[in-house]
Amino acid sequence: MARLGFIVNPVAGLGGRVGLKGSDGAAIQQKARALGAHPPAQQRALRALAPLRASHADLQLITYPAGMGEDVARAAGFTPEVIGELGPAPTTAADTRRAARQMQAVGVDLLLFVGGDGTARDVCEAIGEQLPVVGAPAGVKIHSAVYAISPEAAGWLALDFLQGRTRGFILAEVMDIDEEAFRRGEVQARLYGYLRTPAGPRWLQGMKAGSRPGEAAAQAAIAQEVIQQMQPGWRYVLGPGTTTRAIGRSLGVEKTLLGVDVIAHGQLLARDVTAHELNALTANYPHTQIIVTPIGGQGFIFGRGNQQIGPETLARVGKDGVLVVATREKIHRLQHRPLLVDSGDPEVDALFSGYISVITGLREAIIYPVRPA
Amino acid sequence: MVSHPYIPNAEPHIKRAMLESIDAASIAELYADIPDELRLQEPLALPQPLPAESDLQQLLSRLLHKNRTTATHLSFLGGGCYDHYVPAVCDEINARGEFLTAYAGKTYTDHGKWQALFEFTSMMGELLEMDVVNIPTYDGYQAAATALRMAGRITQRPLVLAPDSIAPGMRAKFQDYCPPDVQLRWIPYDRATGCWDASALAQQLNQDVAAIFIENPSHLGVLEENVAAIIEMAHAHGALAVVYVNPITLGVLAPPASFGADIVCGDIQPLGIAMQYGGGHGGFIATHDDPRFVMEYPSRLYGIAPTSQPGEFGFGEVAFERTSFAHRENAREFTGTAANLWAITAGVYLALMGPQGMQELGETLVARAAYAMRRLNELPGVKAPHFRAAHFHEFVVNFTDTHLTVAEINRQLREQGIFGGYDLSKAFPRLGQAALYCITEQHTKADIDHLVHALGHILAPSFSSPSSEKTL
Amino acid sequence: MKDAASAPSRLRRHFHQARWEEPIIFQLSQPGQRGILPPQPEPELLAEVGPPQTLIPQKLRRQHAPALPELAQPQVLRHYLRLSQETLGADLIVDAGQGTCTMKYSPRINERWARSPQFAALHPLQAEEDVQGILEILYRFEQILKAISGMDRFSLQPQAGSAAIYTNASMVRAYHAQRGESHRNEIITTLFSHPSDAAAAVAAGFRAIILYPDPDTGYPSVQALKAALSERTAALFITNPEDTGIFNPHIAEFTRLVHQAGGLCVYDQANANGILGITRAREMGFDLCHFNLHKTFSSPHGSGGPGAGAVGATAELAPFLPAPLVDFDGQRYFWDNDRPQSIGKVAMWYGNVGVILRAFAWAMSLGAEGMREVAEIATLNNNYLLKRVLQAPGVEAPFSPGHRRIEQVRYSWQQLAQETGVHTQDLGRRAGDFGVQYWLSHHPWYVPEPVTLEPTESYTRAELDEYADILAQVAQEAYQDPAFVRQAPHRSPIHRIDPSVLDDPALWALTWRAYLKKKDKWPGSDSSSTP
Repeated sequence: MARLGFIVNPVAGLGGRVGLKGSDGAAIQQKARALGAHPPAQQRALRALAPLRASHADLQLITYPAGMGEDVARAAGFTPEVIGELGPAPTTAADTRRAARQMQAVGVDLLLFVGGDGTARDVCEAIGEQLPVVGAPAGVKIHSAVYAISPEAAGWLALDFLQGRTRGFILAEVMDIDEEAFRRGEVQARLYGYLRTPAGPRWLQGMKAGSRPGEAAAQAAIAQEVIQQMQPGWRYVLGPGTTTRAIGRSLGVEKTLLGVDVIAHGQLLARDVTAHELNALTANYPHTQIIVTPIGGQGFIFGRGNQQIGPETLARVGKDGVLVVATREKIHRLQHRPLLVDSGDPEVDALFSGYISVITGLREAIIYPVRPA
Repeated sequence: MVSHPYIPNAEPHIKRAMLESIDAASIAELYADIPDELRLQEPLALPQPLPAESDLQQLLSRLLHKNRTTATHLSFLGGGCYDHYVPAVCDEINARGEFLTAYAGKTYTDHGKWQALFEFTSMMGELLEMDVVNIPTYDGYQAAATALRMAGRITQRPLVLAPDSIAPGMRAKFQDYCPPDVQLRWIPYDRATGCWDASALAQQLNQDVAAIFIENPSHLGVLEENVAAIIEMAHAHGALAVVYVNPITLGVLAPPASFGADIVCGDIQPLGIAMQYGGGHGGFIATHDDPRFVMEYPSRLYGIAPTSQPGEFGFGEVAFERTSFAHRENAREFTGTAANLWAITAGVYLALMGPQGMQELGETLVARAAYAMRRLNELPGVKAPHFRAAHFHEFVVNFTDTHLTVAEINRQLREQGIFGGYDLSKAFPRLGQAALYCITEQHTKADIDHLVHALGHILAPSFSSPSSEKTL
Repeated sequence: MKDAASAPSRLRRHFHQARWEEPIIFQLSQPGQRGILPPQPEPELLAEVGPPQTLIPQKLRRQHAPALPELAQPQVLRHYLRLSQETLGADLIVDAGQGTCTMKYSPRINERWARSPQFAALHPLQAEEDVQGILEILYRFEQILKAISGMDRFSLQPQAGSAAIYTNASMVRAYHAQRGESHRNEIITTLFSHPSDAAAAVAAGFRAIILYPDPDTGYPSVQALKAALSERTAALFITNPEDTGIFNPHIAEFTRLVHQAGGLCVYDQANANGILGITRAREMGFDLCHFNLHKTFSSPHGSGGPGAGAVGATAELAPFLPAPLVDFDGQRYFWDNDRPQSIGKVAMWYGNVGVILRAFAWAMSLGAEGMREVAEIATLNNNYLLKRVLQAPGVEAPFSPGHRRIEQVRYSWQQLAQETGVHTQDLGRRAGDFGVQYWLSHHPWYVPEPVTLEPTESYTRAELDEYADILAQVAQEAYQDPAFVRQAPHRSPIHRIDPSVLDDPALWALTWRAYLKKKDKWPGSDSSSTP
């Protein structure tokens, strides 16, 4: 019998309907309720469970009390195993983290959570890559790549995974959105970390007979291609991400996963640089190439999670100095949407209007649309 | 225009009704996306058609009857395509519409096809004593070229050593296909035996050699008696042994795997497939069940799987998720339509023959070839076999001392309704005037005697007196 | 005239594929059985040469007989006839479901001469004077292809479409090498071209640059091509129409731009069936092209070959074609081996001549008008089927809305999948319960939940209706009883397989002998199943 962990963030998406951005923070939640917003999280959670219920799959739901999952699980017709405790006060990030840790402790095959970027951040903080997860979106516009495109899609993906129809995993970005800035109309997305989520049913045939590349093998192939093109005397700015990390590893360099590092002569020149530091490093150095991979579910190559690569640096390096890398899986998850750029300077963004080459494997690149966000 | 039998909806009423049902005024509307400047204004300049089947029959019949074939002439041609007997059951099965017109159906809709293909690979596995055999590629040359590239990728080394006794066509194929993964270095064969020159090999083996390529029997018909030692030499230097074998020999010859071959390849045409002017080939590749090797096959691989019913089997594509990545992973190859109908046919053939049939056939081939060599060798000026080695069913016959060219000899044989052995003098000038003769089980003793007799007449005049046709 | 199309479509609701529960042939083996007896050497011959075993060096003799199965002749025939019955060949079914494969009628008459001794008993090394008939056929067929494509010379040697693509890649390589431009190491292709366009390019030593389509039109834009062009461009390899069935109207602009950048243009004509006599490679600006004779030209697919990929070249590229080529000196046909710039051989002999022979006969049966009719009706059938298929719930034909298609369509069941959780593979297995094939898409699946249908010119309106009705039926079942569809097939020769053994090197078995070694580790191996 498959064991499915189920966590609902009851306040996710609370503010979105009434024009308040985000829902973290008790004051915002109170204001939202006053405006008549009922938490959509419960409805979304019910939709996420519907496919699992309809399939009559042999599975046991493990969930948290009341609004953190038990209510929805019972409404969906399950008899869940309820663990943990909740007080009377509205739930917080700490509750989400505790729930995730406890589910890992009791043992589940998959953790299905319903929420927004904040929820993903909390789950990530609690369990990291230790459990496979699927995110069902309930929040306001979501940047974390760990979320499926709809609650139903999340339910179907969870079912496919539990019934053995998926293949392998990918590491999906978890973005931390600064809620205050968001309410001011600015999007400041920080790359928080990664969660491990099942790759969907087989859409990508292996390039070789008898085998298909897992995410790690695909990234290693990209790394090989990039490294073959590297020239002595050049500096390479590597943005955050698992694919750029693979490039580092293939060079024998332990690159930071979440930060921007600079490599020269096959070695780490600077690690986790700020925008200011990067500017200084590249200011008088013409032989600079910036290597980035899309961060987050929206397909941003600049502006979400790698703002350290600022507009001044980009303007200096130019579009020709930028190399985009991504696995086919990552491109596939964009579902035909273009890559996006938000450097902070519209003139710089305009350089990236049209198409861009993306290295997707050994001796393989694609030409993909890109535009300013 | 009269509605053609192959195009049911061309009938004007039907066509009109269908156009109406999709709100199209004319066929031209359907091609609206093709710009006018690209549209052909004239009909294609093709010959007058023959829509009446009997007219078509007459044309093809007339054309094909201009051919003279091995069905009516005694032929001793071999060299990679062989006139073995094709059992009637083989033709029956590959004429069945189900197998003839199936294509890409998968596990359930084409279960029979997959089982037949699995049985082919399984029977080849027994012949070769290897656990992994591919569903064949285009022909033996492709299989060999691919095997060499596989060796390059597995060992991550750039060179392959091959004997210069291979067929010119195989050489040309290697030169076109191998370079992205491996370069070829040609090793001269031993002039006396036709076999690998072990000392020449020793000089060339080093850390850059991915594989040595051994044909057994070779293109020139000799059996590589020291194959085990040669393979050992290769292994000692970390090189792989790629061995090309004629499957028809494996009823009596030990399979290359028993000598340590790493990758075995060859052509299935001798196994129940008519020659068809060279259009009846399929190339197999076989290895042991080592993922390092299995991962390098460029073709899709199909394995047997259990079903929900105990004792029942199905077939599906092998596709495991690679987690690692070879550091210098080189060019991958490609896959597609190949030679499946012939694979099924070869499976039928092997099932009909069984172990005893393959053994008896092998013995018949060897015995008759030996007899042919003896008789030919008795002819004045003829040396058969040319090489001082064991042979299977093909052998080089040297006519240099007859002072007649092979071309002239074959021309005269032709006049008597005999296709002589294929002329090696251009491709292998060092052999002089030599020809490759092939004996199959379809040659009776009487046929061989007839050949010898005919050759005797041709050679006798030139030996007894000088002739204006004397050439070097 | 009675309109046959108004008759109610007959879904074969009780169709069941043949289920013979036929064991693996090794399981039928009985020691001593003989399927066929080879001839024995004559006693007087043996008397001269001695026992055959002594003629083989001891080191090379086989020690143990190969463990081939032993069956008598009727049992071999019966076994394989049963397996053939468990195969849905195009002859038996409405095979509109194998898109890109062009599953048209393979005329039976063409089997007659392909199997006649006048062809089948020809050895490739025979003297040219003895094979004038087949040489003439090859020559005449080349002229036919030249007319259809506008190209100047053809090689019929490559043995499949992928082989032809590789051959073209080799020729591109040779062309640029000769001009001292070997730095041109990139081949541009598109996502919806055949994967071999990219794969063969890489196999031939190039880098593949793949243009993604414009999400609205379904084909790459001119801007996308421009972004890919550089001084490293060796060639563009493109199919048009692509596997979506959409014709890229900017193709002439594409070829112009590629030429401007110094590259060659190569036309993968696997999808030629809808445009024969309508438009040509030449006018589109191509330097090289290839046709799949086992698709467009009716040669049977053979369960996966033999096929043939005819490669066409302009006069400028012709010197690089594989050798030999067939030529005619006014009196006789001959093999022209005097081709110093040729890339060499791609096939062991001259290609799959039987496939070519059938293609020639098909072309001679139809002629120019007939071939145009083929293209037009294939396109009409496809647009008719498109309209009918879109009547099913949950399906769409993405891209270029309102535009017609040429000869095939790639559909998407994404809506149905989102609403029911039933995937396209499930629908395909259930469609098999009604006696049809169903082909999804080449990888990667840019179109989600795909199926690609290509009716060709060979089916009646009622047959097209049957196929559309099957899809509608299966789609409705997906909404009403998704589990039933996901558990399909229900009427196939075998039950559902457990694919887990196929993904594990410790368990997979590619031959029966491998299975025997591993079967005890298989799931459920404690149940009674003896080999």
